[in-house]
Amino acid sequence: MKKSKQKKFIQGNEACVEGALYAGCRFYAGYPITPSTEIMEVMAARLPKIGGSFIQMEDEIASMCAVVGASLGGLKSMTATSGPGFSLKQEAIGYACMTEVPCVIVNVMRSGPSTGYPTGPSQSDVMQAKWGTHGDHPAVVLTPSSVQELLYETIRAFNLAETYRTPVIILYDEVIGHMREAVTLPLPGEINVVERKKPNCPPSEYKPYDVQDGNVAPLAAYGEGYRFHVTGLYHAADGFPTSNTKLIQETNERLVNKIDRNKETICKNEEFCLDDAEIGVFAYGVCAKSAKFAVKELRSKGVKVGLLRPLTIWPFPDDAVEEMAKKVKTIIVPEMNLGQVVHEVERASKGKCDVRGLFRVDTDPIHPKQIMNAILGRPVEPTVIPSEVLIERDMIDG
Amino acid sequence: MSTQTAARTVPYKEKAPFDYSSYMRKGKLPHIWCSGCGHGIVLKSLLRAIDATGIQKDDIAIVSGIGCSSRTPGYLDFNTLHTLHGRALPCATGIKLAKPKLKVIVVTGDGDALAIGGNHFIHACRRNMDLTIMVYNNYIYGMTSGQSSPTTPQSMIATTARYGSIEPTFDTCTLAKAAGATFVARGTAYHAQELEKTIYDAIMHKGTSVLDILDSCPTYYGRFNKFKSASEMMEKIEKDGTLSISQADKLPPEKREGKLLRGVLHKSERPEYCEEYERLMEKAQGK
Ligand SMILES: Cc1ncc(C[n+]2csc(CCOP(=O)(O)OP(=O)(O)O)c2C)c(N)n1
Repeated sequence: MKKSKQKKFIQGNEACVEGALYAGCRFYAGYPITPSTEIMEVMAARLPKIGGSFIQMEDEIASMCAVVGASLGGLKSMTATSGPGFSLKQEAIGYACMTEVPCVIVNVMRSGPSTGYPTGPSQSDVMQAKWGTHGDHPAVVLTPSSVQELLYETIRAFNLAETYRTPVIILYDEVIGHMREAVTLPLPGEINVVERKKPNCPPSEYKPYDVQDGNVAPLAAYGEGYRFHVTGLYHAADGFPTSNTKLIQETNERLVNKIDRNKETICKNEEFCLDDAEIGVFAYGVCAKSAKFAVKELRSKGVKVGLLRPLTIWPFPDDAVEEMAKKVKTIIVPEMNLGQVVHEVERASKGKCDVRGLFRVDTDPIHPKQIMNAILGRPVEPTVIPSEVLIERDMIDG
Repeated sequence: MSTQTAARTVPYKEKAPFDYSSYMRKGKLPHIWCSGCGHGIVLKSLLRAIDATGIQKDDIAIVSGIGCSSRTPGYLDFNTLHTLHGRALPCATGIKLAKPKLKVIVVTGDGDALAIGGNHFIHACRRNMDLTIMVYNNYIYGMTSGQSSPTTPQSMIATTARYGSIEPTFDTCTLAKAAGATFVARGTAYHAQELEKTIYDAIMHKGTSVLDILDSCPTYYGRFNKFKSASEMMEKIEKDGTLSISQADKLPPEKREGKLLRGVLHKSERPEYCEEYERLMEKAQGK
């Protein structure tokens, strides 16, 4: 008899854990911070039950370092954080990029800068997710916009991390993190889970950065007979430091190219009503929810508007944006920041259409009405928000 | 540990010269250390101690931060990880928890362990995970050319303490004990054989062991502070500046004054973290 699928009414942060465990995550290290803490709390309950390891570290960079260590020990590993914690992880995220250690980092975005408004959603870390750590480096960043999608995208994040030996960031916001939706849990075997490519050569011949025919080398685990060296310094194929300028150039290019050259497989978009659209909306995460609502509303009134929604924000979907720019007169980019992705849309649309941002940072999500007004060319402010909602809320430090 | 062979006597006293090459990576020498630097002497004591434990190379991970001392793992034929400045301990924590069968040895400098990595240091001691933490204490930031560190003694010169350091120092051993380390010892590069024995005991101890290892940076600390030579530094700081714990017991207080004690300064029994985690898993699984 066919096993029936399990449905659960859970919040985004729990769905993230479901996805991670499905993907084979067996190590979690973290430090509590709102609005991501539930991921850590659920991991603390779930991992020991299935033989996985959980540890609460002393801060966020320690968590990120522990994740790198555990991944080198052979376990699929992840950490989750928000705002200030994401800033603290950056140096070690760069270390994971350089050493090509697969891992997953969740950033449930909250309002900033600094402690900001801990319980309020935001989308202001999109550029940090791409450029937060120093040096040119690869960035793979996913932006799910519903609870179910977060579960699926977490599985995809682990798969991409293992395929490309690179850290993958899942970027969503407080709304998605805390929103509850009915979620269907995939059955075992239903979704493909990628396992790390391990060496099959004798240990004496193993080189942890010898990419041979591809862009990614097999990765052995510590303690399994392959005694190899890992360093954050530029290194040769054998893993040992090098000051060979040719190798430095080649390695840096390879690190970035292994993602850029595989853009077609890594990028993933949803296109909604774009075929005959005259106005386009480019929206991700929570804003995409409002945007889709707005597009549906206006379509029912005969307005020719469509939506492009990236599930992978980095690498940026240049081609999809350019295609949209060829069709439409204007692209509206609603974001819960003061303008980050809008500049990328401008760049990718290559002057083929007008690009307009719609920004909001008061920690309330952008209302579909605001997006509708923007599409119709009306003033987007003031938003019609019932006055009883506008009470001062008590603030916690999160 | 199943892979352990019969341990031989420590310190190493056999007639035939010790074969360091079987633990060194081929073709990775010369090392980056200056002549007169103590790091190489400590490295030799470490290898002899490892040999004495009989633990196989495949079952040992050596993890370091950033600094001159932290370049050690790159020369050694084990599972090795050269991490970020100050972050050797959290990386080692991840490795150990993911693969508890590995013996994890951490090589770190005084700046690496006690300044930028200070928070990780005290929390590692508190957890009592089975990590052997070797702090190569040369009183200065060697790699970056001689800035002051948390162990630079007051009034001594560094490039960032031009008129003599005014900052009080950390005593690595006192700090480690207070933070919960269950094995705390001090050794020096000068007393290399004694150090070998201490490292051996630290590795064999189950729980967090911390070794404060005094060694010299003649290039910076030595030159700035008017030591005539590397050997003079070793004699003044490591030989005349320390007393072994057994000697000290027999001396009147006035003869012990101003001297640092060598040997095992603290040893206690507490549950080891990974074993506790095993028990936690059993509890979670209702076993
Ligand atoms: C985040 C960061 N800050 C600063 C540095 C620069 N840096 C490299 S090594 C070092 C000090 C090393 O001193 P110590 O840990 O005492 O080791 P030693 O070189 O003396 O063996 C510093 C400050 C760095 N690499 N990373």
